[in-house]
Amino acid sequence: MTHLRQLEAESIHIIREVVAEFENPVMLYSIGKDSSVMLHLARKAFYPSKAPFPLMHIDTTWKFREMIEFRDRVTAEYGFDLIVHINPEGLEKGIGPFTHGSALHTDVMKTEGLKQALDKYGFDAAFGGARRDEEKSRAKERIFSFRTSNHRWDPKNQRPELWNLYNTKVTPGESIRVFPLSNWTELDIWQYLYLEDIEIVPLYFSALRPVVERDGLLIMVDDDRMPLEPGENPEMKSVRFRTLGCYPLTAAVESTAASLPEIVQEMLLTKTSERHGRVIDRDQSGSMEKKKQEGYF
Amino acid sequence: MIDPEDLITDDILAYLKTQEEKGLLRFITCGSVDDGKSTLIGRLLWDSKLIFEDQLTELRADSKRLGTQGDEIDYALLLDGLQAEREQGITIDVAYRFFTTDKRKFIVADTPGHEQYTRNMITGASTANVAVILIDARKGVLTQTKRHSFLVSLVGIQNIVLAINKMDLVGYSEDTFDAIKEEYEDFVSGLGFKEIAAIPVSALKGDNIIEQSNNTPWYRGKTLIDFLETVEIDNISVDQPFRMPVQWVNRPNLDFRGFSGTIASGSVRPGDEVVVPSSGKTSRVSRIVTFDGDLKYAFAGQAVTLTLEDEIDISRGDMLCAPDARPAHAAQFEAHLVWMHEDALLPGRSYLIKMGANTAPAMVSDLKYKINVNTLEQQVGKTLELNEIGVCNISVDKEMTFDPFNENRSTGSFILIDRYTNATVAAGMIDFALRRATNIHRQPLDIDKKVRAKMLNQKPRVVWFTGLSGSGKSTIANHVEKRLHSMGKHTYTLDGDNIRHGLNKDLGFTNADRVENIRRVGETAKLFVDAGMIVLVSFISPFRSERRVAREMLDDGEFIEVYVDTPLEICEQRDPKGLYKKARSGALKNFTGIDSAYEAPENAEIVLHGAEKDPEELAEQVIKMLFPSN
Repeated sequence: MTHLRQLEAESIHIIREVVAEFENPVMLYSIGKDSSVMLHLARKAFYPSKAPFPLMHIDTTWKFREMIEFRDRVTAEYGFDLIVHINPEGLEKGIGPFTHGSALHTDVMKTEGLKQALDKYGFDAAFGGARRDEEKSRAKERIFSFRTSNHRWDPKNQRPELWNLYNTKVTPGESIRVFPLSNWTELDIWQYLYLEDIEIVPLYFSALRPVVERDGLLIMVDDDRMPLEPGENPEMKSVRFRTLGCYPLTAAVESTAASLPEIVQEMLLTKTSERHGRVIDRDQSGSMEKKKQEGYF
Repeated sequence: MIDPEDLITDDILAYLKTQEEKGLLRFITCGSVDDGKSTLIGRLLWDSKLIFEDQLTELRADSKRLGTQGDEIDYALLLDGLQAEREQGITIDVAYRFFTTDKRKFIVADTPGHEQYTRNMITGASTANVAVILIDARKGVLTQTKRHSFLVSLVGIQNIVLAINKMDLVGYSEDTFDAIKEEYEDFVSGLGFKEIAAIPVSALKGDNIIEQSNNTPWYRGKTLIDFLETVEIDNISVDQPFRMPVQWVNRPNLDFRGFSGTIASGSVRPGDEVVVPSSGKTSRVSRIVTFDGDLKYAFAGQAVTLTLEDEIDISRGDMLCAPDARPAHAAQFEAHLVWMHEDALLPGRSYLIKMGANTAPAMVSDLKYKINVNTLEQQVGKTLELNEIGVCNISVDKEMTFDPFNENRSTGSFILIDRYTNATVAAGMIDFALRRATNIHRQPLDIDKKVRAKMLNQKPRVVWFTGLSGSGKSTIANHVEKRLHSMGKHTYTLDGDNIRHGLNKDLGFTNADRVENIRRVGETAKLFVDAGMIVLVSFISPFRSERRVAREMLDDGEFIEVYVDTPLEICEQRDPKGLYKKARSGALKNFTGIDSAYEAPENAEIVLHGAEKDPEELAEQVIKMLFPSN
């Protein structure tokens, strides 16, 4: 079997195992390319049945508009139940990246929002699209990653994971985060999207978009909530995104790649890593590990 | 040959096509902190151009701040993910790394060399096809080298790369290389490796990693990457008999009933006959269903959904198998066990076993011997501590379908899970089934429990009194038995007096003995229930897991747990046998409530408050529970 088919089979095995062993699983859907692959694998895993779990999106109200359109259209087309959760306290206080900074915004709207939603619906397993090649602390995380009833991850006390025998036992309140794409790399994802002809948000492809340059990063002006500094003038540039999140926290790259092969081509010839475009990772060394311990995906 | 970089630039579609055809190799690297393991992996990532500029900038900054290579780049820092490790300068857990060449994609399990982390190595090795064993050329074959080799052989790895590292520090000496190679081959001759490739390398300088080194003109073999790109990964699993554990029954509507799973070994075509060993039923495969259309042929590693021609009863945990080469189907087997938890193994305690898609209560019935991982000598032992390896008999509550591990890695492996902490406590590899139960058909006896119970005109049950010494268990049980007797019921009481002095007089009060004590009591109670009796059991029985074992030996509703909840102060005040006094003075060890734990029931059928009412009233509560209509 080719490496992509092996990765595909491994992911399907993982997804099926969760459905067979947990009472109330959910798939975290972030609308990004990895989520698109995960959704596709979920459809494959249970065919001809429909995937027997809902999708959940933790919205922050700051996602790109095109992401939300894509989310609503695609999930309806494939017949998934979609839960959208927005942290009501954050919403009430008007938490946003411009007014409160990226760290607080992410903490309240993403991490807290996620924990609220998991508690609210009592999910005992949640699929996430994280990959081990993304970031160093992820490289050590299990595929079935145990969380305490406070959603905390303890990197020093992980269950050994052998063969394809996953320990799925939890007591009420505890949960498992499951990462079916653990062993995929960014290149694998792109190749698979191409091979399987999977639809992704158009923001991944280059187009003329209004952007301003801040701290060396290109930020797209997606709506009029973005306060412009004196002298900042949105310019139309041919840009695309290598990763998608809240628009003020996600940097674009200048590019003319308008198809999947062109994206792969550009990626293989480029010299910066994918998470480079995520503002939250640059706050401090080891920041992802801390966030994960606190319950971030 | 076209340079791939040119192909990316000139014809990306052609490039993508070549990349689709790549295979995948998983390998593990074993070595100690000082052997240069992290440096080696860092070098592989580096040389396969997987380091991006932003990571390089970070790496340069980290190398200056934390590195051990002066102003040079410290490749090891690419790998040490967790903050605590960075500070200690060691790798503490299994981490997975990815790199790719034009021929293969690689997944590397990076595991530590410290003795206390044997479990991590077993974990990393369990999914690997090849092990790269690192040796510091200055130090040669060490105890840990032997340990690593034994562990990888234990989990079935047959292809070994012996990377003799730091050759630059021994002047690239051929003699040093040959001596180490010879000593190593001699040591591992009994471990069943198929191929051992010894390669002289310097991870730091890059010798023989990708390119043939000019520093070792005497070495004519493959470079490390050459070997990893070309080593034949066993296709044995495809050539083996067909096995597919049923992971999930796929039933979208009344017209479709499919069995989803990953093919563990062999291959299958529509029309092939399959057998379900748990029932002995056979049928033929009618379709191999996938999202991408039906297949004409599927083989080991593929995740598929099979439909059968006949409606036979199959559920998760069953296995579809080739009928002409059936697996074992038995409740008992011998296995190698690697203990992975701080809480030691207790033979006789009930754990959960997970094997394929099958999970069931199981216990280690007999620890035959332990294996010293450094000398491979057999040692006697009563228990396995963290990182110890033993050979034992395992007894499962139901029959399981499996193969010996050395015939089938996928259907011969299992894990054990602690039933209270849910921790994964052991990894196991099956040696052989203890009873060839496939050839034995159980003969149902004509006179059974039901018939006997009917004759006695009662529902046989176990009323299990648990509580601290002095809580009043035996007194209450005694009253209950008198009342039952007056009602014309046939009863028997098992307590410390008639069991500890007879059947169990060989047992003491260590945790292991307590577990065995209760197991025997449970088995005895079960026999009495089978005989139709109402059995009153009065034992401290301090551990939840043992009481659960007793409960699970019986049918639903047959086990009534009575928790005599009397506070410790009151029990100690009563001290009918003077035991608390002895325990407090230190004359009596392992006394429950004093220096040994009592785990109160969480879901007892009845809780009796022993300090609040007299024993006769409490006994009446039990009678009301047993016979609500009276």
